[in-house]
Formats: sequence, structure tokens, C-alpha cells
Amino acid sequence: MTDTSLHRSLPNRLDNPLKSAVLSWESLLVVVVVAIFILNSFASPYFLNAWSLSDLTFNFTEKALIALAMALLIIAGEIDLSVAAIIALASTMMGLALQYGADTPTLVAVGVGIGILCGAFNGFLVTGLKLPSIVVTIGTMSLFRGIAFIILGDQSFKGYPATFSWFGQGYVWWVISFELVLFLVCALIYWVLLHRTNFGRRIFAIGNNDVAAKFSGVRVDRIKFILFCLTGLMSGIAAVLLTARLGSTRPSIAEGFELEAITMVVLGGVSILGGAGSILGVVLAALIVGLVTFGLGLLNVPGIVMTIFTGTLLIVVIALPILFRMWRQRA
Amino acid sequence: MSRLLKHREVFLFLAILLVLVLVTARFPRFAQPGNLLTIFNDTSILMMLALGQMAVILTRSIDLSMAANLALTGMIVAMTNAAFPGVPVPLLMAMCVVVGAGLGAFNGVLVWKLNIPPIVVTLGTLTIYRGLVFVISGGAWVNAAQMSPDFINLQRAVFLGLPLLSWFAIVTALLFWVVMTRTPLGRSLYAIGVNPTASVYTGINVGRTKFYAFVISGAVAGLCGYLWISRYVIASVEVAGGYELTIIAACVIGGVSIAGGIGSVAGVLLGAIFLGVINNALPVINISPFWQMAISGTAILLAVVLNARGERRQGRVILKKAEAV
Repeated sequence: MTDTSLHRSLPNRLDNPLKSAVLSWESLLVVVVVAIFILNSFASPYFLNAWSLSDLTFNFTEKALIALAMALLIIAGEIDLSVAAIIALASTMMGLALQYGADTPTLVAVGVGIGILCGAFNGFLVTGLKLPSIVVTIGTMSLFRGIAFIILGDQSFKGYPATFSWFGQGYVWWVISFELVLFLVCALIYWVLLHRTNFGRRIFAIGNNDVAAKFSGVRVDRIKFILFCLTGLMSGIAAVLLTARLGSTRPSIAEGFELEAITMVVLGGVSILGGAGSILGVVLAALIVGLVTFGLGLLNVPGIVMTIFTGTLLIVVIALPILFRMWRQRA
Repeated sequence: MSRLLKHREVFLFLAILLVLVLVTARFPRFAQPGNLLTIFNDTSILMMLALGQMAVILTRSIDLSMAANLALTGMIVAMTNAAFPGVPVPLLMAMCVVVGAGLGAFNGVLVWKLNIPPIVVTLGTLTIYRGLVFVISGGAWVNAAQMSPDFINLQRAVFLGLPLLSWFAIVTALLFWVVMTRTPLGRSLYAIGVNPTASVYTGINVGRTKFYAFVISGAVAGLCGYLWISRYVIASVEVAGGYELTIIAACVIGGVSIAGGIGSVAGVLLGAIFLGVINNALPVINISPFWQMAISGTAILLAVVLNARGERRQGRVILKKAEAV
């Protein structure tokens, strides 16, 4: 009785397809994106400019990359709160490798490798020992960041090679940054993975009812393990991008990323209880968060105040359809 | 003995004793009553917050906004005190409880009336409350010089050998114990966590009970807002940043099941004390503070692993009498 309003992005196939497409969660998000875009362009003369729009993408790509994998994990009914800590650990290990004279390919391999390892550790604790993921990842969150603190203390690693910095600062073509291209490619891959493969279908099945999924032959634990490895992998990639962009590693790097990534996922219409959601929604939500923070930045709104807007947006966008439905039922 | 060990509380108590013994073996002064009372006092705020969190987690919900609530109420009360030093401190504390409960009620209404999952609601209000701290303060700090002496000293006053802060924790714990074990509300909180559908059929209003749980956690967070600010004599935007997860960690170590319905006041107190003892022991045995996070992380993981053995997917029997018949 409490869960009726949560499967909002799962279209009913018996409905008129055009009508359900127009009334879908994604189209609501598109309206929000367009509205914020128009608001921004009126609010600041510096907004509609190729370079400033390109800067905008740096606001959200790293978190959005994690959000892609997190979406799959949440659809499967699990969650990973340790992603920001994985970034910190992967970044620290890259810095450590740098002290031993690692070149750029090695640095990237270390960052991504540590990410996958951390994800696999989470995955093992959740699937192997049958523990609730929210608690496990609260623990590994302290553990991973703690190891980063042990290694770094109050120091920081600097002096990354120029070729490495390209990952966070380079442009593929004119104003199109490498980060943006990577994000779009990953979004496409995740879209295919979730919506066009049996693997994706099984993720939905697990999220809707993992016992039923198990009895219909889905290897629930193996898929959940893979999904934890995927969030680890994306956190590793985000660590490479973020470290390259900032040019330094501190143990407090990426603090709060986990909540922002989850905000993107939930805003994107993924049910926090699992079983429903789409990659398109997550990409749109990432764009919304990016547009809002960038627009507010142009208006000189301090970073912490921006969080009020993202928080309010999260609650309002989710509450609106529910209020609308309640109002319609009453009328 | 083995049956006793199955009780989470006994196990935790022994674990805490073990840490105390190990540390005391090298530093005899650690286990002196004075130091133990200091540790208790240091942990008081965490204990209270964890109790509030427990009320919410029991109902299969979670409150991620507690630390932000604490920071916001703390800032409000600190600014009030700085602007009007004449206002008596008990009145300010009442204000804290009311404001905190109001912020909690906002969470609760969204969960109750709109059926939005608690984790989403409190994720949103976490950022909103934290942002509001900046808005009302303009990013400025309220420091010790701006606070009135009464405001700072009240919780340091010693009563029967214990600072008032410790007494707040003790009274809160007693209140929670009474509510959890002796009132219909406490029973409803457990019942909802064990089986929400069955609770509806027994006449419990699930939504409203969750609302009450959020009001309780909010009120506790509000009171702790005053206690935190007056203890560390600084109010800023960063107060208790990231502390929401420490609160949940204390609950988890104390044996509260994140799936709802399982948990005890004594367990949560011991969970918080366990974190407090570890944090106090590390500097004593010359371990760098940078290790602290990794060690608490390991402790959380160990606690979760132990927790999962045995208690998983089993409700706790609420009606002991009915069982005996």
C-alpha cells in the first residue's frame, strides 16, 4: 500500500504508447531541462556561449559517470555509499604510484584497477556474506577513505604529468571535452546494457523480486557482484578524471559525491526501492543538476546554497506527480 | 554462556571491556573512573542522536538529515544567543527541541502524506537544511566570544559528579527505554518494522507512526544542536559535517537492523560507547588520528558481519506473554 507511487517510470504497455510517452517521467525531466536552460540564458549574459556551456559539463560528468552504474545497482535493489571513498583511495594510490615514477598509462590502470577492486570487495561483502548493502558501504566508505588518510595524512600528491592532465582538462574537438565524450559513450553503453540486453532485463527482475528472479534461473548474486564491480569501475574512472582535472590528490577529495550521484539517480526516476528506472532519465537528471549548479554559479550563488536548490528540486520533482495524482483522484 | 553471547548487548559489552583492558594494560591511567566518565561525556551527543535514529530505522526508514538538522538548529540558537544574550538558556533549549522537531516533522509529512521513500526525502532535506545554515548565517561563524557564559557553561555544570551533558544523555536514554518498551508508540515502531502489512491490520497507522519517528529524531537532533554548539563553542556551516553516517554506524554496531524491527536502547548506547572508546583509545596508545576512520570502518564491517549471523530475517518477539502461553 505504500509502494504504489514508486513505479512511476515503468510505462504500462496497455496504455496508448504516444500518451504514455508524453506523460512519462523523462518528458517531465526534459521540460525541467528546457525551463532551466531558458531561465539561465535570461539570468546571465555569459551563459549562451560555447565555452561556458563546455565548462558546464565539467560540473557533472564525473558524478554522472558514477550515477550511470549506481542507477543499475539501485534498480537491482542495492546501493553503494562508498563511491566517493573509492575515488579518494584510487586517487591516493595513483599519487603513490606517481611517487615511484609511474607513467600515464600505469596511472590510469592503477586508478581504474583500484576502483574495480574496491567494488569487488563491496560486492563480496554484500553477496558472499549476505549483508545489507547500505550498511556494508557505510563501513567500506570509512575504510577506503581511512586508508587514504593513513597513506596521505595531511599531505597531498602533486606533479602529475601533462599527458595525464589531458584526461581531466583536454578537448577532443574544439570545445567538446574528453570528459563529455567519455560520459556520452558510457551513457550509450549503459543504455544498451540496461534496456537492450538480457543482463539488463535480469537487473529489473532482481529489483522487482529477487526471490522470484532466483527461482526463474537468474544468478542474483553474480549479477549483483558484477554491478558492484561496475560502480567501482566507474568510481575508478571518475578518480582518474577528477585527479587529472585538479592536478593533485588529497584524502578529502570528492567528499559528498555519493549523495550527489544518488540524487541524480533518484531525480532520474529510478525507484530507490528497485525495479524501475531508465538511463535516459539519469542522463537528463545529471544535465539538470549540472545546469542548475552552473546557472547559479554564474549568478554568484555560493556552492553551499546551490545544494538547497538541488535538494528542493529533488523533493519537488518527485512530489509533483504524486500531488498531481492525489489532486486528480480527489476531483 | 553461549546463550548469553548471542545477545548483541552482552557481546558488545565484552568487546568494549576487551578494548579497555588492552589499552589499560599499557596505560593504566586509561581505565580510571575519571577518564571513563570523560569518555561517556564525550559520547553523550552521539548516544542521543543514535537513539533518535533508532526510532526511525526501526520503522524501516532512515534519517540522513539528522546532522544537518543539528547544524541548522545549532546555528539558529547560537545566533539567537549572540543577538539576545538575555534569553534564558532553558528557553533556548526548548526552542531547539521545537525547531528540530519541526524540521523532523517536515521529513515526516513528506514520508507520511506523499509516500516518498525516507532515504530520498532526507537526502533532499539534508542538503536543504545544510544550505539554510549558510543562508541564515551568511557563511559567518558564531564563536565563543559572541556566546553568553550561561550558554556555554550550562552543560558543563557538574551534578552528582557528572556534567549535565552526561545527564542529558542518561535522561534521554531512560525516556527512550520507557517509550520503546512501555508505550503503544514504541510497540508500533517495532511492529511496523517487523511487518508493515500486518501492522495495518492490527490497527496501526503506519504513516502516522513513521511521522512520529521522524519528529522524535528531529527533536533529538535539535536538542543536540544546542549541546554540540555549546560543547565545541563554535557554530559554523561545517558543524557535524558527514556525521549522519557516524550516527547510523553507531546504530548498526549496536545491533539495530537496517531492515527494521530489531534494536534495543541498551544496544544503541553500547554501540555509541564502542565508537567513543575506540576514538578515545587511539590517541592514548599513540596511533595517529589518521587511522581513526579506517579503524571505525573496520569495526562497522565486523559488527555488520556479526549482526548478520543469526538475527537476519527474524523478527524479535514483541509480545513475550503471548509466546509463553
